[in-house]
Amino acid sequence: MRDGPQEIFAATKSKPHLMAYPSTKKKRVLPGFGLTLGTSLLFTSLFIMLPLTALVVKAASTSWEQYWGYISDPRAIATYKLTLTCALWATLINISLGFWAAWILARFEFPGRRLLDAIIDLPFALPTAVAGLSLAALTVPAAPIGGYFAQHGIKIAYAIPGIVLAMSFTSFPFVVRTVQPVIEDMEPSAEEGALSLGAGPFTTFFRVLLPQIMPAIFAGGTVAFVRSLGEFGAIVFISGNLPFRTEITALLIFIRIQEYDYVGAAALASVILGFAFVTLIVMNVLQGWHYRRLAPI
Amino acid sequence: MTQPALHVHGRRPIHRNPLRLASVLIGGGCSAALILLPFYAVFRFALRDGWTAYLGYLVEPSTLHSIKLSLTTVAITVPVCTAFGICAAWAIAKFDFPGRKLLISLIELPLSISPIVIGAAYLFVFGREGLLGPWLLTYDLRLVFNATAIVLVTIMVTLPYIFREVLPLMQIQGNDEEQVAITLGAGPLTTFWRVTLPNIKWALLYGITLCLARGLGEYGSVAVVSGAIRNRTNTMPLQIDLLFNDFVQTGAFAVASILTSVAVVTLLVKIGVEAASRRQQKTAAHFTGVPSPRDRDLLLPGEGI
Repeated sequence: MRDGPQEIFAATKSKPHLMAYPSTKKKRVLPGFGLTLGTSLLFTSLFIMLPLTALVVKAASTSWEQYWGYISDPRAIATYKLTLTCALWATLINISLGFWAAWILARFEFPGRRLLDAIIDLPFALPTAVAGLSLAALTVPAAPIGGYFAQHGIKIAYAIPGIVLAMSFTSFPFVVRTVQPVIEDMEPSAEEGALSLGAGPFTTFFRVLLPQIMPAIFAGGTVAFVRSLGEFGAIVFISGNLPFRTEITALLIFIRIQEYDYVGAAALASVILGFAFVTLIVMNVLQGWHYRRLAPI
Repeated sequence: MTQPALHVHGRRPIHRNPLRLASVLIGGGCSAALILLPFYAVFRFALRDGWTAYLGYLVEPSTLHSIKLSLTTVAITVPVCTAFGICAAWAIAKFDFPGRKLLISLIELPLSISPIVIGAAYLFVFGREGLLGPWLLTYDLRLVFNATAIVLVTIMVTLPYIFREVLPLMQIQGNDEEQVAITLGAGPLTTFWRVTLPNIKWALLYGITLCLARGLGEYGSVAVVSGAIRNRTNTMPLQIDLLFNDFVQTGAFAVASILTSVAVVTLLVKIGVEAASRRQQKTAAHFTGVPSPRDRDLLLPGEGI
């Protein structure tokens, strides 16, 4: 096979004296490092670092007692409970259904597979407000779906199931998209080995396949959970927004801002950010623990 | 001797195994239902009074104004996010410098922060009591409760989308082709237009569509910073909210149908882009003599999410 430009270049890379432009100091061949890095740093500082700093400054601008008063207000605590519970349920649904979808997309060939694969990402493209509006319209007792459940005494819109539904919809793609490539890339040898050594399909699944997929499920579930904690647009349309009953934390922050209670809003925002960061850190630690446990095998 | 039961390579057919058939039907059906129900609902409710009524809702002045404002907003935010996405991906993928991982995490941070928190943080910078707000006001620059605020906060929220579509592709393709172009005497701009851009164009196109869809549909953060003043600072999602609270449900769904159509367009772009990049990578494999990779090993846009 004739050497292509890539092979020639790879060969010259290890021999600096053969480079087309020999350089005395460690020189970058490609242009634009300063410009592109400068632009990225400028935007990152202006649009991400600066606002977050301002948020922390605002939350810290009050005394500890006052801050504690804001975040331990009974109405606020009710919103934490509701937000965490619903996000947990939504994540459980997303993990089960998302794993299922990822599994059939990765392992089976069936008509419509490409189409199903393509529509998985649709919740990312549909505005959250539209999702909330239409899910609410479908699940109020007057609508066909809501009516069916209302007959069986289950209220979806303006109750907890509606919030869980909205959260599951907006974060559905995360688990599928993290788990699917892992299932596709699994080495068949371990599975073949287990099956040929006499393990049944269930043992093979739980002892051989699932441990390999678990980290991806955790990772996708974490992102889905964090996204659900902060979801706003989809939920305000479907939840009914009753204080102490169906009010989520993001909405209470919004209400505080509309009341010009900026310090209170900042305090609540710091709580919701705290939940997100604690989740991310705990999941990172769990992942590391899981990999260490897998390593000796 | 081979035993069919042990064949676990590739995707398996489902038609002869009732368990697999049921699994695909139920799992795929539930997923498709969860995803597609809102799409069905939007068009069903938007058109329930007929097409004339539907168009009537859309040409209503305040709705028309919200459509114009949303379009103006994305006309500014999408080019900014495109320029940023390409710049940041270029810096991170083509050069080696300490703190690259940190920079990636920082850029992707808005994806895991509540839009309400982003809007609040914006107020704490540019608001009347914010860090920079009072100082900017001395120069007569008011950056809250107007169209500028909507544009800036939309940029904050949609900044990562194009970046994260383009970055994995640039990282995989490496520097070799650009280095050859530069050493053969091409200028930086020529190198970018003739070498880099053709390689990333499909991922870039999908990123732009996604950024457009998210920008048009951004609700929480815009609701915080815009003030939602009718005929002044009402974008399409805020108009939906307003009509919904005014009990003009069909009108709300008519506006929602525009945003839903944009989402459907992103789906079509994604399907087209996947087909195109599959073709592109197969052609590249053909010319370089590298054996054609299996389908699933191709890097497709949107799968990094």
